[in-house]
Amino acid sequence: MCQVDEEYHDQLERTDVLSASQKCVRCKEASAAVVIRAGDAYCRGCFKEYFIHKFRAMLGKNRIIFPGEKVLLAVSGGPSSCSMLSQVQEGLSQKAHKKLRFFPGIVYIDEGGAIGQSTEERQRTVSELEVVFKATGFPFHILPLEQVLDLPSSVVVMALPPLEQPPSAYKAAVDRFNQTCGSDCLTPPEKQKKSLPDVHESHTQLLQQLIGSAKTLTAREDLLNTLRQHLLVYTARTEGYSKLMLGDNCTRLAIKLLTSISLGRGAQLAQDTGFSDSRYGDIIAVRPMRDYSAKEIAHYNHMFDVPSVLIPSLETKTSEKASIRGLTESFVTKLQTDFPSTVSTIYRTSEKLQTVCRSSSTDDHSDRCLLCLCVLDTAVEKASAFQATLISEQVSQTLSLGPGIPRQNSGPERPASAASAGQCRSLSGGEDCGRATSGGSCCSSAKETINLKSLLCYSCRLTIRDMSSVDHLPLYIMSEAQRRQRRSQMRDEISEFLLNDEV
Amino acid sequence: MPAQCSSCTDKRAVLKRPKTGHSLCKECFFWAFEEEVHQTIVAAELFKSGESVGIAASGGKDSTVLAHVMKLLNERYNYGLELMLISVDEGITGYRDDSLETVKRNQQQYELPLKIVSYEELYGWTMDAIVKQVGLKNNCTFCGVFRRQALDRGAVMLKVDKICTGHNADDVAETVLMNVLRGDIARLRRCTAISTSSEGEGVVPRCKPLKYAYEKEIVLYAYFKKLDYFSTECIYSPNAYRGYARTFLKDLESIRPSTIIDIIHSGENLSVREGVKMPVQGTCSRCGYISSQALCKSCVLLEGLNRGLPKLGIGKHHRLHDKILSQQPLTEKEERKLKSVDF
Repeated sequence: MCQVDEEYHDQLERTDVLSASQKCVRCKEASAAVVIRAGDAYCRGCFKEYFIHKFRAMLGKNRIIFPGEKVLLAVSGGPSSCSMLSQVQEGLSQKAHKKLRFFPGIVYIDEGGAIGQSTEERQRTVSELEVVFKATGFPFHILPLEQVLDLPSSVVVMALPPLEQPPSAYKAAVDRFNQTCGSDCLTPPEKQKKSLPDVHESHTQLLQQLIGSAKTLTAREDLLNTLRQHLLVYTARTEGYSKLMLGDNCTRLAIKLLTSISLGRGAQLAQDTGFSDSRYGDIIAVRPMRDYSAKEIAHYNHMFDVPSVLIPSLETKTSEKASIRGLTESFVTKLQTDFPSTVSTIYRTSEKLQTVCRSSSTDDHSDRCLLCLCVLDTAVEKASAFQATLISEQVSQTLSLGPGIPRQNSGPERPASAASAGQCRSLSGGEDCGRATSGGSCCSSAKETINLKSLLCYSCRLTIRDMSSVDHLPLYIMSEAQRRQRRSQMRDEISEFLLNDEV
Repeated sequence: MPAQCSSCTDKRAVLKRPKTGHSLCKECFFWAFEEEVHQTIVAAELFKSGESVGIAASGGKDSTVLAHVMKLLNERYNYGLELMLISVDEGITGYRDDSLETVKRNQQQYELPLKIVSYEELYGWTMDAIVKQVGLKNNCTFCGVFRRQALDRGAVMLKVDKICTGHNADDVAETVLMNVLRGDIARLRRCTAISTSSEGEGVVPRCKPLKYAYEKEIVLYAYFKKLDYFSTECIYSPNAYRGYARTFLKDLESIRPSTIIDIIHSGENLSVREGVKMPVQGTCSRCGYISSQALCKSCVLLEGLNRGLPKLGIGKHHRLHDKILSQQPLTEKEERKLKSVDF
């Protein structure tokens, strides 16, 4: 309706009432079983073909997954990721036309600890999922989120990307694969991982403390997402997978786009919602389900008995205005009922975005966010929203602004540390504490003063700001933060001798 | 428990800033608000000394506060600007005629010259007449397009160098959201710019000094400064698509107040892939105004109104532009498509 560049069709058409005896619009023979989009009724067979073809086309069009690669499927148990799992199974089966040619593995991360589930509930969910995973025959890994506390700090460092391949390399690789192995090569290795390892109660408590230190649900979700991503990347790296498949569908990505905009992630939109996400360097995350709407997936799962498990999340049973993501979801869903093209329009907008490629000095990782590993967007440019927020902070508190700025009433000039009394923790404090690098007069912590905010992108800063204390952050994050800070101090010392025009 | 102002720590705080949550006394809030606008103007280099600037005044809160702050900052910091008020009369009874009284009062209070341009004299149509023809949906398109040109015409009549409008942070954030929802990638890229480009015949560059000021803070400022303004919603606005984006934004603000600036930050930092088709700026073949098509939107809309084809201009009708230009009659099918109106 209100879309730009929309064609207006003839008004006052008689809308065809969809009846049960309608024929499928594709094969025109069998009777229709499901309606996708507006007015397109498909029969079972055609729908299945359409669904499978879409998956295959998405992978084939993008040519990112090379034959023989090991691909890790991140399955959350929800309908989208289970559908993705069944599509991969379908694609690898012997009788498939133009089979898929990679080695899949499955990973499931049990977040029950973070949302307060009991051990029995967690074990039950895991057993249900194990049944599903075993039936596929792929190697699977079930990990509790508590393992994130023991990760090495290499997780938050972008690894070197694989060598850039020319476009013709894909075709060449396919030919080579067909010649050497043919179709017999794809028997999956029989290594089945053990199910949920025993989790220490103390670890669960630490995790709950960490999640609980975020005061708003929005920040908690953000933090949980970050930790989950880190664990996924770590698993992919240690188990030798080079690609990660995520099960985000079109509806979820449209919601994610709007949520990301609301969280200040405009610079990272293309990576958050695009088909491929290369922020980790060596592991590339892909989203093959991004063309499917949630409705299509639900229909398919129902009609073809794709098993999925209902698992509660942080947002379960909260009000719709409890978090930004929840609000956006209800907004988009409601708008979709009045304007049926909303989700597809938003999705198409996301396809037109890209990530700004800054200078390729990926050697020094200090230009990437510590938590989300995207390029930092906090360069204070003149006349930008970010600069406006800094100015607002300045003018609303007692800070020395320098001479020449007339004030109507000059109150007593208090030192910066006292003005932010009670907020003196160096880690969560504002800009003023960050400036007091040496001496640490306002910081009483024994360890090194870390200005965590300077290492984060705009939206991760917002998440940290919502946390009551950053002490509960896992060791790998803090140690990497310290390392980067030391390195940046080193660079400041020798900056006049460096020849490269570095940031 | 009475809180102390976090800025001067001297007086008692009387308000809490929606933007940052700090508690401030009245004077410190005034100073903070004005200082932020001043920093915005300076950082973005919006004006040069000696320029004449037209303030788009509608009588509403944004433009009243804008006029007040511009005058104040012009004196305080010696911008050296010559300020004038431009107002547009869309011809909406019960709404615009009341707000115009406010503008006339502003003119007297601030002692600034005022020019009022009306749709009636520029286009021959008032908004009331337009709504009778077009219906209650899509009429905001007409009003917005016509007003843009009207402001430019008024500015040219007054011979000002720049126009400044009272768009605030909430407006810009809503626009970003709306452009994402509508899939308008071209506007999405441009809408967070603080000033428009200045090429083109008969086009006066315009800027938004209040771009980073929250709507709630503008109201707070006007309230405490006892500024007088007209505060009714346009009677035709409830059905606008923008209303959805506005409700969403208000809900977002209640969850996290910094969202408004966060959305603007997102809008400023997103980048469009190469190869995406973008409109190219040209001129209208009929009136010479800037346009990305053969005919500018104003001309298309006017043509539709004058010929009794209200849907001309709503939706994609590029192929018809040539026909209109060469004054060919439209086929009956085309006419039927453009005539029907849904209320």
